[in-house]
Amino acid sequence: MSGTQTSTGGEFKLPREHYLNATYGIRSWLLTTDHKRIALLYLASVTFFFFVGGIFATLIRIHLLTPAGYLVTPETYNKLFTMHGVAMIFFFLIPSIPAVLGNFLIPIMVGAKDLAFPKINLLSWYIYLVGGSFVLYSFATGGLDTGWTFYTPLSSIYSNSAVTPAVIGIFINGFSSILTGLNFLVTVHTMRAPGMTWFRLPLFVWAHYATSLIMILGTPVIAITLLLAGLERMFHFGFFNPAYGGDPILFQHLFWFYSHPAVYIMILPAMGVISEIIPTFVRKPIFGYSFIAASSIGIAVIGFIVWAHHMFLTGEATYAAIAFSFLSYLVAIPSAVKVFNWTSTLYKGSISWDTPMLYALGFIGLFTIGGLTGLFLACLGLDIHLHDTYFVIAHFHYIMVGGAVMGYVGGLHFWWPKITGRLYPEFLARAAAIILFVGFNLTFFPQFILGGLGMPRRYHNYPPEFQVLNVMSTAGASILAIGYLLPMIYLTWSMRYGKIAGPNPWPSTGLEWKTDSPPLTENFHETPVVDWEPYDFVHRPDLGLSGAKAPGKLAPAHGDD
Amino acid sequence: MQSQLPLYPESASNFAPDVDGLMLFIVAVCIFFAVAISVAVVYFFFRYKRKNADDIGVPIHGDMRLEITWIVLPFFLLMAMFGWGAVIYVDYRHTPADTLDVYVIGKQWMWKLEQPNGRREINELHVPVNRNVRLVMASEDVIHDFAVPAFRVKMDVVPGHYNSMWFRPTKTGRYHFFCSQYCGTSHAIMGGWVTVMEPDEYAAWLAGTSGTSDPVALGAKLYNDLACGTCHTPDGKGRGPSYNGVYGSKVKLADGSTVVADDAYIRESILQPNAKIVAGFQPVMPSFQGLVSEDQILALTAYIKAQKDQPVPGKPAAGEPATGKK
Repeated sequence: MSGTQTSTGGEFKLPREHYLNATYGIRSWLLTTDHKRIALLYLASVTFFFFVGGIFATLIRIHLLTPAGYLVTPETYNKLFTMHGVAMIFFFLIPSIPAVLGNFLIPIMVGAKDLAFPKINLLSWYIYLVGGSFVLYSFATGGLDTGWTFYTPLSSIYSNSAVTPAVIGIFINGFSSILTGLNFLVTVHTMRAPGMTWFRLPLFVWAHYATSLIMILGTPVIAITLLLAGLERMFHFGFFNPAYGGDPILFQHLFWFYSHPAVYIMILPAMGVISEIIPTFVRKPIFGYSFIAASSIGIAVIGFIVWAHHMFLTGEATYAAIAFSFLSYLVAIPSAVKVFNWTSTLYKGSISWDTPMLYALGFIGLFTIGGLTGLFLACLGLDIHLHDTYFVIAHFHYIMVGGAVMGYVGGLHFWWPKITGRLYPEFLARAAAIILFVGFNLTFFPQFILGGLGMPRRYHNYPPEFQVLNVMSTAGASILAIGYLLPMIYLTWSMRYGKIAGPNPWPSTGLEWKTDSPPLTENFHETPVVDWEPYDFVHRPDLGLSGAKAPGKLAPAHGDD
Repeated sequence: MQSQLPLYPESASNFAPDVDGLMLFIVAVCIFFAVAISVAVVYFFFRYKRKNADDIGVPIHGDMRLEITWIVLPFFLLMAMFGWGAVIYVDYRHTPADTLDVYVIGKQWMWKLEQPNGRREINELHVPVNRNVRLVMASEDVIHDFAVPAFRVKMDVVPGHYNSMWFRPTKTGRYHFFCSQYCGTSHAIMGGWVTVMEPDEYAAWLAGTSGTSDPVALGAKLYNDLACGTCHTPDGKGRGPSYNGVYGSKVKLADGSTVVADDAYIRESILQPNAKIVAGFQPVMPSFQGLVSEDQILALTAYIKAQKDQPVPGKPAAGEPATGKK
C-alpha cells in the first residue's frame, strides 16, 4: 500500500510523480481542484494577510513606546489596530489551519482522494480572494477605524472611514468559511476509507469536524449582522442607531453570537494539531482519546451559548449576566480536559525534542495561561474591573497567538516534510520556536499587569505610569518578529534545498504518513485499508520501531471506555 | 522614564476590597494550575527524553478515574469563582436607596457631569468621601464607558439607554477616570479626574465657595480656573475686551448702540455672550450657561468691579469712564 518512495542506503529520493509536478503552468494552479494545491494557494494568501496584519501590529507597538504616542496621529492609530484585527482574525486566523492544513490533510487522513466537492473547494478560495480584495480596498482608500468589532452606531453612522467595503468584504468572505466547513463535514461523513471508523479518526479530524459545525452555523449570523450595519450606514435603516429607532445592543448580541464561537474556530483546529504532534513525538497513544474528541464537540456546542459574556457592562439584565457567566465557566471544563490529557500523554513516553514537539509544549504553556486568564473575565465581579482593558488584549492574544498561531506554525513544521517532501534545518527551527516563546511572553505578559492597573484598550496615548510595561511589551514584540521571520526564511529555503524527508520521517501513525512525500495527486496508489487503532505504535511493525508486535492481534481499545 | 513600575491600582472605593479579594483567590487557583502543569510538562520532558532513536513509549490509553477527577474538581473551583463573582456583581448592579445622584453625559469626546444642585463640570467629577454615589449616564452619540480603575467600577454609556452605576469612595484624593469603550478618534483623551473630598469641603465646593468667602478673591480664582484671561487680557489686545475700567462705564456696541456695564450686563455677557457684542470684537465667546453657578457669577462680577480703577488700555489715566470695552 505504501508508495513507490523507497530509500537506498538510508537516502530517500523524491517520488517520480507527485502533486507538485503532475502538471505545470499557472493555469494548472489557478484552475486546480486538487485539495493539496488549493491548500498551498491558501498558504500563500493567508501568509500575505499575516504580513499585512503583522506590519500594522509592528507600527502599533512602536507607537506605544511613549505615553504621548510616538509615531502616528490618533486617526491613524485607530486605523492601525482596527486593520490589524480585521486582517488577522477574518483573513488569517480563521482560515489558517482549516484552509491550509485541514484542506491538505483531511482527505488524506480519512483515506480519500480529495474532498467531497473539489470544485467548491476551489470556489471557496476565490471567494476568499474577492472578500479579501474588498477589505484591502477599504484599507487603501481611507482605512477602517471602527475596531474589528464594528460596534454600532460608531461603525454605522459616526465613523468617517471606509466601513462599507470592509463589511462587504467580510460578508463575502463568510461564504468561503461556510463552503469549507460544508466540504469537511461531507467528506468526513461519506469518504472515509475502509476500516476508518469514527473512533479511529485522527483527533485533528475531530477538531475540524467541530470547527466545521461552528463555521456552518455561526458564519451566516455575522455575515447578516455586518450587512445590516452596512445597510444602516448606506441607507440609514434604523437597525442599531437609536436616533432611527434601533438599538445598538442588538448589534452586540448578533455580533458576539458568531464572534465568540469564532474564537473556537481559531483554537479548535490548533488543538487538533497539538493532538497529532504529541503522540507522534512521545510515541505512545494519546491519553483519553475519546475525552479529547468529545471535548472538541463540547466546546463547539457550549461555545454557542456564552456570547453575552462580552456584554456584562452594557446594562444587560443581571439575571442574564449570571446565566452567561455560569455557561462561560462550563466551557472552561472541556478545554481543561484537553490540557490534562495532553500533559498525561507525556507520562512514560519516549519524548523527542524535535521542533514540532517544542511548539506543542509551548502551546500547552501559553494556552494554559490564556485559558486560565479567561476565568478572570468570565467572573462577573472581576469583569467590572478588567473589561475593555489590556487584560482582555493579553488574554485573547495568549489564546489566538500563543494558542492558534503556535499550533499553526507547529503544524506547518510537523507536516512540512509531507507537503514539500523536504526537511527544514532542525537547529534553526528549534531556535525559532524558543525565540517565539520568549518573545511572545515578553510582549503579552506585561499587558496583563497593564490591564489590572486599568489601562483601557485602543488608546493611542496613555498616562505616564504605564510606560515601563509598554516598553517591555514593544521590546518583546521585536523578538517575536524575529521568531516569525526566521521560519518564513528557512521554510522557503527548504522547499528547494532541504534534505529529502521520505514518506514518514518522524515516524507517525496516521494515514497521511503511509503515502509518498509529497503525495500523488490522488493521494494514495491504492485505496488504503485501516486495521489499526489511532496513535498505536505497538502493533505497527511497518514503522520500524523497537518493541513492535505483529498486527492482527486485537488492538487495545482507545481511552478507558 | 521617570515613572515607576506599579503593579496594581490604588484601592479607593467600597468595591475595591471585594474585587481584590476575589482577584487574589482566582490568581491563587490559576497559579496553582499553571505551575502544576508547567512543572509536570517540564519534568516529563526531561525525565522521559528519548534515549534510543527507535524507542517507543509505554502504551497507556487513559484512566477513567483521572478523567472524572479532573472534570469534577475543577468544576467545584469554577463554581466558587462564579458564585463569588456573581455576589459582587449583584451588589454592584443593585443601587442602594440613599445615593448622591450625579448625571453623566458622554459625547465624542468629552464627559459632561452635573451635580444634584445643577453645578456642572467637564471631565471632572467631585464627590464626597464615604457617601454612596450613583452616576446616571446617557450618551449623545456612540457607546462610551465610564471607568474608574481605583474604584474597580465601569459601565457602558449607551445611546438610547440610561445606564447607572454606583460606588462609595473610601479615600480622599484624585483618581483617573477613562472612557473604556472605543468611541472614535479621540477615545484615548476622553477621560479626566475624580476628586474625592471630605464632606464639608465637598459642600463648600458644591456651593461654589471652595472654602473662601472673599468674592473678589474667589472671582480672581474663577478668572484663572475658567481661563477667562486667555481672551480677556488686561491690555485689551486679546480676543475679548479688557476688564480694566469697564464696570459702571458706558460700552459702545457693534451695532452702534451704547450700554452701561452694570451687574445685569456682566451676567448676560457671561451666559449669553453673543447678545451684546462690544464694538471691535468678534462674537467668539462660548456660553458659560450651566458651567458657572449664580454664586460664581456674583464673584466674577465682584472681580470685574475691582478692576474698575486699573489703567484702561489706550487711555492716559485711570478712573475715567471708558468706551468700547466691556
